[in-house]
Amino acid sequence: MTDQEILSGLAEIIEEIAGTPADEVTPEANFVDDLDIDSLSMVEIAVAAQDKFGVEIPDEQLKDLKTVQDVVNFVSKNS
Amino acid sequence: MIGTKILGFGGYQPDKVVTNDDLAKIVDTNDEWIRSRVGIQSRRVARDDETVADMAEAAGAKALAATGLEPSEVDLVIVATCSPESPLPNVAATVAHRLGIPAPGAYDLNAACAGFCYAVGAASDAVKVGSARNVLVIGAEKMTSWIDWNDRSTCIIFADGAGAAVVGPSGTDEPAGIGPVVWGSAGDQAQKITIEGRNGTLKQDGQAVFRWATTAMAPVALEACRRAGVTPADITAFVPHQANLRIVEAIAKKLGIPRERVADDIIHAGNTSSASIPLALSRMAEQGRLQPGTPALLIAFGAGLAYASQVITVP
Repeated sequence: MTDQEILSGLAEIIEEIAGTPADEVTPEANFVDDLDIDSLSMVEIAVAAQDKFGVEIPDEQLKDLKTVQDVVNFVSKNS
Repeated sequence: MIGTKILGFGGYQPDKVVTNDDLAKIVDTNDEWIRSRVGIQSRRVARDDETVADMAEAAGAKALAATGLEPSEVDLVIVATCSPESPLPNVAATVAHRLGIPAPGAYDLNAACAGFCYAVGAASDAVKVGSARNVLVIGAEKMTSWIDWNDRSTCIIFADGAGAAVVGPSGTDEPAGIGPVVWGSAGDQAQKITIEGRNGTLKQDGQAVFRWATTAMAPVALEACRRAGVTPADITAFVPHQANLRIVEAIAKKLGIPRERVADDIIHAGNTSSASIPLALSRMAEQGRLQPGTPALLIAFGAGLAYASQVITVP
């Protein structure tokens, strides 16, 4: 899976869960500051990402993933 | 073996309403934050002198009245609670006595927020095998007496109240009105929700519980449907434990049950642990949102971690 594929998959998930238009989900976007996504939505995104990419993102790691690119890197590294 | 059904139910809430703005005066929080995170707008809090037994009695009396049964026709009283004032005596025997039920079996059951569905399962089994003709099941909680009012992650969530149902035999010519209970526990996550020590207060790893509830509970509810011989499309009322509106919505979405069929009593009742399901059923009945004779899906989950689910026929 390329980073671009992960990014577009993640954008679909974020649009579905948080209602953020997929084109606003840019690599540098910060979940809290730019996308207005709270900690519970982050959990939902992590669970959906696990279903989609087959990579588990535990709660302990989740809090360190601040931007979209952070998640892309995590998925890429662990898939 | 005979079938069983819910004959009637009732709920009781304390008079005192605590709004989000009220809480914002004592902890660093605000109405918008609470609404968006847990979906609660206001909750009920018991008086200092109001006990779990007082609330259980009030709800139990309403449920009994709804059935038209005489107290002497009840052979067992089960009170699901995790927040009694003290471990002894149990709540059930006191409540049974106050309701004029003569010397029934009486025990408290602690499966925390999952308690009501555990108790309905146990009650149904007791009626099926003939250990009791009718069972009064009550979920009653004074969660606010175990809350740290300085902990903004929990004091905004929990509340007080009681709800009750009477479980009895179904008629010989009608299908069973309580489906098989699907229950279980995840003791490896026991530390996610705790009250430690004699003077402890409720502590919760909200994020972990949220993840568990939003992923593990929909399959349990589906299994309860399967064992009752129905599909989620048949369900006219989905009444999950009112833990957090976002958990309620997430499970409903996974099951494909439309919003108008889903209990949202938490908005004005808060999280009342084992009381939340019968309270929500009572509210939906008052609002005309229940259709007698149709299947409703219950699922309860919480500390333990423990969970239970069954399909009932709306009385």
